Amino acid sequence: MPNTMRDTAKSEVMISAQGIHKSFGHVSVLRGVSLTLTRGEVVAIIGPSGSGKSTFLRCLNHLETIDRGTIVIEGEVLARSEGEGKAQYVSEAEIRKIGRKMGMVFQSFNLFPHMTVLENIIEAPLIVKGMKREEIIPKAEKLLAKVGLSAKRDAYPNHLSGGQKQRVAIARALAMEPDILLFDEPTSALDPELTGEVLRTMRELADEHMTMLVVTHEMGFAREVANRVIFMDGGDIVEQGPSEAFFAAPQHERTKAFLHNML
Amino acid sequence: MEYVISLLGPMTAGALVTLKLFFITLVLSIPMGLALALMRISRIKPLSSLVGAYIWLMRGTPLMLQLLFVYFALPFVPVIGVRLPDFPAAVVAFALNYAAYFAEIFRAGIKSIDRGQYEGAKVLGMTYAQTMRRIVLPQMWARILPPVSNETITLVKDTSLIYVLALNDLLRVARGVVQRDFTFTPFIVAGGFYLGMTLVLTWVFQHLENRHAKYDA
Repeated sequence: MPNTMRDTAKSEVMISAQGIHKSFGHVSVLRGVSLTLTRGEVVAIIGPSGSGKSTFLRCLNHLETIDRGTIVIEGEVLARSEGEGKAQYVSEAEIRKIGRKMGMVFQSFNLFPHMTVLENIIEAPLIVKGMKREEIIPKAEKLLAKVGLSAKRDAYPNHLSGGQKQRVAIARALAMEPDILLFDEPTSALDPELTGEVLRTMRELADEHMTMLVVTHEMGFAREVANRVIFMDGGDIVEQGPSEAFFAAPQHERTKAFLHNML
Repeated sequence: MEYVISLLGPMTAGALVTLKLFFITLVLSIPMGLALALMRISRIKPLSSLVGAYIWLMRGTPLMLQLLFVYFALPFVPVIGVRLPDFPAAVVAFALNYAAYFAEIFRAGIKSIDRGQYEGAKVLGMTYAQTMRRIVLPQMWARILPPVSNETITLVKDTSLIYVLALNDLLRVARGVVQRDFTFTPFIVAGGFYLGMTLVLTWVFQHLENRHAKYDA
């Protein structure tokens, strides 16, 4: 069931990205993308490969730097352009502080292979937040239970299946208590029979009103879990709308062609 | 056989000189090499270039030349010129030389760590220093053990170069006995000593590799 947007939270803007431009060399990847994400919203970004959807997501938490545009996370400016000028970033320390409002889950998991599942989860709370082991371990164990991996507490990531790895990655991101979760094609590296367990975890988070921005190829997830769907192509947003309306009656020809190919 | 046993005393004394130089060089050059590697990959261009030049100099000239330079020529160099006794001079030359080789091994190890590891650390809020210390370097050690093992075994044998400073290491002692007694036996005994040392090193590195292998698939 799609979780309904709550009116009380509607006004609270979590991410505001305006007019984002980004080039790799001479290739323009983002051509003025704008997005506003409010608290509790689950937004899916879909589109063909090369449409710039992953790059856009990576710009929001400074894994890529933008050339032009303004990014504001929960009211705090990450980067801002004056008029047509180059985007100016805030200080390194500020960037890190703002970045901690967001957790991220990658296509390739990026778990730390030399640490056990539990160590992966407690690492950042220990060394970034300076929490005590006895504080964080019970919390980490609760998160592991939540993603259904309590039995894998002391296993190393390389001994897990792709779906298990991704659920550990989600638990690791949650351990930092972010306000927003970004997902960059979280199921694209998984065997089809393993995507379900990851999507189930994500759906549970959506049901708990986690604010989520999900770049995905899973049309089922976009349709059933997301409140809003954004279709990107050629470095720009072509069309967006509430997920049911979006899939029932796409307006743009490119959207129709894309959905026709995907479904 | 009795002759061989009579050799063991003086040759053990020589082996101790060899081992002393070996351990001191290792203990100094590994941290130095790590520092050099981190400077080499630094985004501060002049620092990186300076270290690049240093590595070129150290790898581009014979260790024997460096030994002779530190002992005989360094006292006459303005400002940094110091006169070092023979053993400390050997330590300085070996440590400076091996640090350059270790630096390149460490750099290769650091470069081999996937970019996703840095990104994973960054989105969790880690600084560059935290990422290096907690994520990148621990994984680097596991990967560089084979080349470090190579380099370490080479070091055991390179120590024999200190004969040019008239230091009585294992090989120089053996050669002295050969010239005195007109027999090659001391050379064979010396070979046995070197083989024994490298065997121990091989075990140690095998053990370290096994310990790191636990997290591999």
